[in-house]
Amino acid sequence: MKNRLKVLRAERDWTQAHLAAELQVSRQTVNAIEKGKFDPSLPLAFKAARLFNLTIEDIFEGGNQ
Amino acid sequence: MNPPTPVSNDWAQNQHQNTLHLAYWTLAWLVTTATAAFGPRKIWDFATVPTMLAVAVNLGVGFGMIVAIRRHLQGLDELHRKIFLDATALSMSVGLVVGLAYELLEDIKLISHQPEISHVVMLMSVTFMVGMISGHRKYQ
Repeated sequence: MKNRLKVLRAERDWTQAHLAAELQVSRQTVNAIEKGKFDPSLPLAFKAARLFNLTIEDIFEGGNQ
Repeated sequence: MNPPTPVSNDWAQNQHQNTLHLAYWTLAWLVTTATAAFGPRKIWDFATVPTMLAVAVNLGVGFGMIVAIRRHLQGLDELHRKIFLDATALSMSVGLVVGLAYELLEDIKLISHQPEISHVVMLMSVTFMVGMISGHRKYQ
């Protein structure tokens, strides 16, 4: 699944480790999500959306549209 | 731009603690298993009471280890939980299929020695490690 996590993180000058700590996951998980290798669960997607004050659709793009 | 603010890293600390607890319980289970296996022969000459005690302690510590595995699993983030569960599924599947085939070899007289459960456990351990390593490489 494509997403804008890397862009949003860069806009705030955050490291992957910082975002991982904010989301309570490992840095490897943030990296895998940013690269589109791993799709986050709905609760984690909501957490990311709340963190960036955006909707889930603003961050994640569904693959079958 | 918002500069990074310090974030509490309780989650990572909890995960570290859970991993350490699991290591302690696994080590304790290994020691009690060795005691139950070799104690009767080498230390107390098959006396019933210490043997029963050793088996009871082994079972108790084994259940403790199961609880520690459950806590460890619950403490992992979703990617690491997926990697762990995928490796477990691979290990159990290979253990079941190869273990039963191995047991069959003796029944149908293709091998002469009695199949050992420890061989299946070793195979499952190696398969689990391969599953964990390939899972981590996949999501690097």
